[in-house]
Order: sequence, then C-alpha cells, then structure tokens
Amino acid sequence: MTTSIAKTLLKKRNEILQEWLSQQLSAQNLRADLISETELRSESERFLNVLTEAVQFGNISDILAPEYKSVLEMLEGFSRSRGLQGFTPSETATFVFSLKQPLFLALRKSDDSDPVELVENMLAADFLLDKLGLYTTEVYQQSREQVIRRQQDEMLELSTPVVQLWEGIVALPLIGTLDSARTSVVMETLLQTIVETRSELAIIDITGVPTVDTLVAQHLLKTVAAARLMGADCIISGIRPQIAQTMVHLQIDLSTVTTKATMAEALRFALKRRGNTTPGILKNPSPKQ
Amino acid sequence: MDRIPILKMGDFLMVTIQVDMHDQLASALQDDLTTKIARFNAKGVLIDISSLDIVDSFIGRMLANTSAMARVLDAQTVVVGMQPAVAITLVELGLNLSGVHTALDVERGMEMLRRQIGITDQDEDNGAEG
Repeated sequence: MTTSIAKTLLKKRNEILQEWLSQQLSAQNLRADLISETELRSESERFLNVLTEAVQFGNISDILAPEYKSVLEMLEGFSRSRGLQGFTPSETATFVFSLKQPLFLALRKSDDSDPVELVENMLAADFLLDKLGLYTTEVYQQSREQVIRRQQDEMLELSTPVVQLWEGIVALPLIGTLDSARTSVVMETLLQTIVETRSELAIIDITGVPTVDTLVAQHLLKTVAAARLMGADCIISGIRPQIAQTMVHLQIDLSTVTTKATMAEALRFALKRRGNTTPGILKNPSPKQ
Repeated sequence: MDRIPILKMGDFLMVTIQVDMHDQLASALQDDLTTKIARFNAKGVLIDISSLDIVDSFIGRMLANTSAMARVLDAQTVVVGMQPAVAITLVELGLNLSGVHTALDVERGMEMLRRQIGITDQDEDNGAEG
C-alpha cells in the first residue's frame, strides 16, 4: 500500500505541485509581505522533491530513518529562515500541512481500485505529513531557544561589573533578577576583585533588583558569607522601602549583615570604618605582593 | 610523618599551610598548635591558607575546630588569604565558619590580632597599636 503513495508522488509530481502552489497562493493567511511567489515556489518544489525521494524507499512512518535525512535537513533550514522572516510557528507548520489536500486529491484520482486501500493510503500520508509539520514547529522552537540562551549569556557578562570606589572599597551594583547562575558569576567576580584590589569592604547595591524573595536573599547571604571567609566585609545597600517590608514579612534574617538604605550612606559608613580601624593603609598603601 | 611548621612571632603563632591537608596531617597540626599555644602562652594564632586550592568539609571543620580550641586556651585565631574558589566551596558546603576571624592577607591578619588583643587584654598592649 505504501508504494502507491510513492508512485503517485513520482507520477503526478507536477500536478500536485501546481495544485499545492495555487492553493498556497490563494490562501487567506498568505504572507505576501514576508515572502515572494518565486521563493515560495522554489521552497515547495524542493520540499516535494526531497519528500518524493524519501518516500521511494517504502518507509512512510518513521521520519527519523536515514532516508528522511535530507527531508529533515530541508525542513530545518526552512523553519529557521521562516522564523527569521517573522512567520509564526503555525504558519510555518501550515506549509507542510497544506500539502495534504493536493496529495489526497491526486491519490483519489489515481487509486481507482479499492476504497479501503485508498483510506489506508490517505491515513498513512496524513500521519507522515503531520509528523513533518510538527517537526518544523520543534525546530522553530529550538532556534528561538538558542536566541534566548545567547541573549542570557550576553546579559550575564554585561550585568556584573565590580567597581572600585575607594582604596579598599569595591562596589557591586546589581541590576536584574538574581538566579543561581547569576549569583555564582556575581560571587566569583566579586571575590576575584576583592583579591585583586585587596579590598576589605564590599558594597552590594541592590537598587536594580526588582524583587527580593527568599531565594534571592539566600543568594545574597551566600555571597556575603563567602566574602567574609576571605576577610572582607559586605554592606548591602539600596534596599527600597517595599523590599524592606517584603523581607520582614518573609522573615528573612539579615541581622548578620550591615544594611544601608542608599549607596551614599554605605560609602560614608565604609569610609568611616576604614578611617577608624586601619589609619595607616590610607596614607601608605602596602605594596602588592 | 610530615608536620606543618609552626612559627613563633612574639605573642603570636603563625601556621602556613602549603600542602594538601589530609586527616593525619590535620590532627597532628591541631596537637602541635594546642601544645605550643599552652607552652608559649600565645595570644594569637594566624593560619595562612593562601596556597590552599582545594578544600573539603573536613578541612573546613578542622579550621573551625582549631579556632575553637585556641579560644579555649585564650588565643584568638585569624584565618588569612582564603582563595575565592575555596570560599565559594565552603559556603556551598554550608560551612560559614562563623566563629573564625578572617583577613585578606598576613599583614591585615596581624593587625587584626593586635587590635583584638589590645581590646581584650589592655595589659598586653605594649604599643602594638601604634
């Protein structure tokens, strides 16, 4: 039964292609603004060609088999370019699904023998095209995820600057949500800078952190604890009134950490503490080892 | 058996850990250190771990215990020069070493010890602050 699909595709290729194209061009959701007719024609032709080739092997159910490799490759490229052109995933998948109608029509015309066989053939072709259509959606989503991941990485690099405010005082203005991945980057950068600048005080400013929940607080406390182990003290500044309220309601205990409302206040405190405790260092910076 | 040398510097004892710590070495160090604190009547202990790259929960606990033992013998302990990676590991292990004093380097550790001893014991403060 599978051979008749292959035969139909081979014999009535031009007929199917014509029918398919005219149908795609007359469809209501045709995006003429995004794709030209010639492009659509060449894409349809290419897909029909690779599909015909793959179907000749007699396998019309397993699209992961080696004979479908070129079909999947074609669809991957197709789905990616459609995504870049601005098509929605359903529009992309509709390209494959819209082949059903012309193909079924051709099958009906050629198969004049047994109605049962015709239904079976149509079902098999239906399944095959469904799978291929869903595959385009999958690839579409994957390419989108790649973009998101790349942007996340870029943001991670951009968002953790550690600045030296004064000799022995570094500041870390945090902007954006703190998750575990970011916290570890923040922690590493901060600790590395503490070593490099031999700073005893670090001001962590959370003005730019939109929300502070228990998890974010835990991450902050971890960073503070790690800095303390290295011999540096942390001041957390930039706690907005709403956040202070939230913290108390969530029963987050920040009593072990010095907190200040603003960065300016934190810097004043830091300078005062430095001045009181280590007067010699400000005048004669000890040579780096 | 290997032993980690303990240097006497005035009222302080100084330990520099430069090799990988294993269980026997750690307990030998604790023995030596407590003995020496008692013998020299030391007021402060400085443990330099700037060469220590790898740390596990055992070493973390050893540091906390050593500090506690010294405190019982009336000596302050300062751990100095911890590497960032080591600090992160200890925090991830849940060891905050809350009873241990820390400093960035030996110089500041010394300063911290002098200050603390000056505060806790006025008689011993022979111009150390100046």
